[in-house]
Amino acid sequence: MGEVMNFSLATPEIFLLFSTCAVLLLDVFLSDKCRTFGYMAALLAMIATAFLVVSSFGIERSFAFNGMYVLDNMSVILKVSVLLVVIATFVYARSYLIDRNIFKGEFYTLSMFATLGMLIMISANTLLVIYLGLELLSLSLYALVAFRRDDGRASEAGMKYFVLGAIASGMLLYGMSILYGLSGSLELKGVAAYVASQQIMHNMVLLFGLTFIIVGLGFKFGVAPFHMWVPDVYQGAPTPVTMFLGSAPKIAAFAMTMRLLVNGMEFGAAGWQQMLIPLAVLSMVIGNIAAIAQSNLKRMLAYSTISHMGFVLLGILSANEQGYSAAMFYAITYALTALGGFAVIILLSQSGIEAEELEDLRGLNERHPWYAFMMMLFLFSMAGIPPLVGFYAKLAVLQATVQAGFIWLAVLAVTMSVIGAYYYLRAVKLMYFDKPVESSTISMGFSFNTLLAGNGFLVVILGLFPGLLMALCVEAVKMSL
Amino acid sequence: MEGWALLSLVIWLPIIGGLIVLVAGDKLSRPAALIFSVITFLVSIPLWTGFDPTSYQMQFEEKHTWISSFNMFYHLGVDGISMPLLLLNTFITVLIVIAGWEVIKKKPAQYMAAFLIMEGIINGVFAAQDAMLFYIFFEAMLIPMFLVIGVWGGVNRVYATIKFFLYTFFGSVFMLVSLLYMYNKSGSFAIADFYNLKLGMTAQVLIFLSFLIAFGVKVPMWPVHTWLPDAHVEAPTGGSVILAAIMLKIGGYGFLRFSLPMVPDAARELTWLVVFMSLTAVVYIGFVALVQKDMKKLVAYSSIAHMGFVTLGFFLVYAIYRNTGSYEGSVLAMQGGMVQMVSHGFISGAMFLCIGVLYDRMHTREISAYGGVANTMPIFTAFFVLFAMANTGLPGTSGFVGEFMVILASFKASFWIAFLAATTLIVGAAYTLWLVKRVLFGGVANEEVALLQDVNKREFLFLAVLALAVLLLGLWPQPLTHVMGASIQHIVELATQSKLPGVN
Repeated sequence: MGEVMNFSLATPEIFLLFSTCAVLLLDVFLSDKCRTFGYMAALLAMIATAFLVVSSFGIERSFAFNGMYVLDNMSVILKVSVLLVVIATFVYARSYLIDRNIFKGEFYTLSMFATLGMLIMISANTLLVIYLGLELLSLSLYALVAFRRDDGRASEAGMKYFVLGAIASGMLLYGMSILYGLSGSLELKGVAAYVASQQIMHNMVLLFGLTFIIVGLGFKFGVAPFHMWVPDVYQGAPTPVTMFLGSAPKIAAFAMTMRLLVNGMEFGAAGWQQMLIPLAVLSMVIGNIAAIAQSNLKRMLAYSTISHMGFVLLGILSANEQGYSAAMFYAITYALTALGGFAVIILLSQSGIEAEELEDLRGLNERHPWYAFMMMLFLFSMAGIPPLVGFYAKLAVLQATVQAGFIWLAVLAVTMSVIGAYYYLRAVKLMYFDKPVESSTISMGFSFNTLLAGNGFLVVILGLFPGLLMALCVEAVKMSL
Repeated sequence: MEGWALLSLVIWLPIIGGLIVLVAGDKLSRPAALIFSVITFLVSIPLWTGFDPTSYQMQFEEKHTWISSFNMFYHLGVDGISMPLLLLNTFITVLIVIAGWEVIKKKPAQYMAAFLIMEGIINGVFAAQDAMLFYIFFEAMLIPMFLVIGVWGGVNRVYATIKFFLYTFFGSVFMLVSLLYMYNKSGSFAIADFYNLKLGMTAQVLIFLSFLIAFGVKVPMWPVHTWLPDAHVEAPTGGSVILAAIMLKIGGYGFLRFSLPMVPDAARELTWLVVFMSLTAVVYIGFVALVQKDMKKLVAYSSIAHMGFVTLGFFLVYAIYRNTGSYEGSVLAMQGGMVQMVSHGFISGAMFLCIGVLYDRMHTREISAYGGVANTMPIFTAFFVLFAMANTGLPGTSGFVGEFMVILASFKASFWIAFLAATTLIVGAAYTLWLVKRVLFGGVANEEVALLQDVNKREFLFLAVLALAVLLLGLWPQPLTHVMGASIQHIVELATQSKLPGVN
């Protein structure tokens, strides 16, 4: 393996890098009238990348760049999910950006760089490459959040995100350097070999390093108690950016956790399991309870994300195959559902109104029953009501938790989802039981409507027949272990 | 009809029908809904005629792999317990569609669609033989009901519907954890596999308690009954009917299908708790019903009291054994509970429809706003009195049969249980007859009552059909008891075998 560079394995990333640069250059020469051209180019590049990724599905677990880069089914599935989610974000975002006169190339190029970062994170096989991908993602995201320069709240959110994110990256890097110092290897395999040879609970330095890594991961996931940035950034960022931030990076964060904790430190499970439990518990408790108090829809969804990430951690901390695949399933389907939820917010933010208060949902069923129905599907899915996909994701995670013997955690998780159900119900109540105050008509372009319908359809279909995706996740996780 | 996927048909036909009704628009929605509900009812009839009452085995079975990585199956089947309840559901839905015909003016398409979809989901609950499939239907039912109460309900509907949703959701999530636990022990979600699973006492008790919360909230049992009066009062007539006639039965059904056969040892240990809760419902809630000022609330409380009989009948089996040393009589008690469930489905449905008829004319449910309705609505009064009599358990009506069977069986368990249960005959008669006296009889109370029109043809139709059902079941309950006999016998056998590891 050592002497093989295997450039071909990384074709999608290389292609995406070049096409991002091309879009960036193209944008310079486009007048404001022809922005659609740049948008189409970005979209095409992403779709082509997705095809390149899919074409490598099913090959054996293989390595490139002297073992720095890994390609397996898990990475293919996660990458495709990330790409699809980002493509959907592009389509959803378009009208919002045009309305606000920020339909610029920057949004697309920055998003594409962020996507590239995510793809790299997903395929990373050494500590440094993980960090590299993460920073590419984070730096693009900081810029994206503050990308509406003249908006005070967005700049504030960008600043907060940057400062806290930089600290977290530092923590992660510090943890990684300790791991490197101990094991003498940057490669995950080398780290794994070192951890396997140690009694993690008796190795203070290793535990010390692990703690820093968990803190860094916790921040990137946005789980309590490292969640403080989430509501502010979600609220401050322009809605399409929030949508981007709240969907695809969750999948990448899952991948990073899998690589670091499972591929790298599987034998240290006894250590990180104990650290993840409080994170998961706190996230579920704080996320669900704080969401009740929100009147801002974006903030509410932010707290809801925190609680959902608690569930993802619950799957990972079960430290069994079922748990990992359940967490993977959860991350992917949550991104899908969140996408839909934010799409409806974009939809309501027409004709110059920033619809981000819960009140803006009032009477949606009277104004436009179809959109109300879609939103209801997304909300009930997040609440975990069958037969929608959110239920199945929760079920899989709970199953793994029970199997790992943490019945009390499962009981706590379901209790918290009952509390969580309240604020989703309140949103449904506003849409269905109340009279509308706003009477302006809502209309959207064909591509937006089709995509939203497809999104809602997926939430139902994956809920009725989750078997295929679940089986894919199980297989992929098995292969990557 | 052999080989037809009948059960899938009665589940999916109304759901697809509901979607079609939704698309059809408000004008076409009523006839379309009627057609779909009638077809579903007709399709469900072969389940009765083709049923083999001598066997306790699941019939009309369908089994397909659903989610292989979790060993879940799309497994349907009915036995003598679920089949009558399923038919009750398809039957009542037809009446609900007729009852909502002219009355529902706001978004009729969505209203009809919600009830049709709910019908399909509830059929799924009764037919599911895979615990997770059951759970999915059990939970999915909440969505349409939440909307029905919230969109078409009364003034305080938002409070009522959120309370309804959260109560039932809270109840059922613990059941989910229990099911997952048993799945981990047995490697399958099949209900039949859970019957054979050996479980230690602690696990059994915890599982039993989680089931008790889930089904107890649904029944509802005292002290988790408080959502029901609110939901009933605020729900539109159709919602109240489906709630009282069908949804409450799912709780009772759950006890028979899950609690008793899956964790019999815990059920034996904790039978005192259930009996205490049931008797409290019968006696205390009966008195609560007495003081109600709102007609719907009164009937809601009377529902809780009557469902107390159901749970009492189901759990008498252990008390009877403790007292007499044999299980003789427990089949009678359990059958009594089942008959009571079916009969209460008809009677409470009819009572709520009657109140709906009055409400549509007067737009109030306050008892004090009425008086002397008999003078202006004689035909309606005849029906109402019949249903009220059935509600008090008058011999010759269906209300009598179940109560009598349970009381008779409870004498074998303990004199005091029988005594307390029998007080319902007095209290129940008191609140129902007093309601009849205040609303129907006496002089005409006010001008509005004087202007009341008697029932029209549509209302006559559904009241007459229900009256027929109540009388038929009261005079000739044998077909019903015959159909469920073997299955009840089997449940008693399962409930009386210890499942502790090391026994047998």
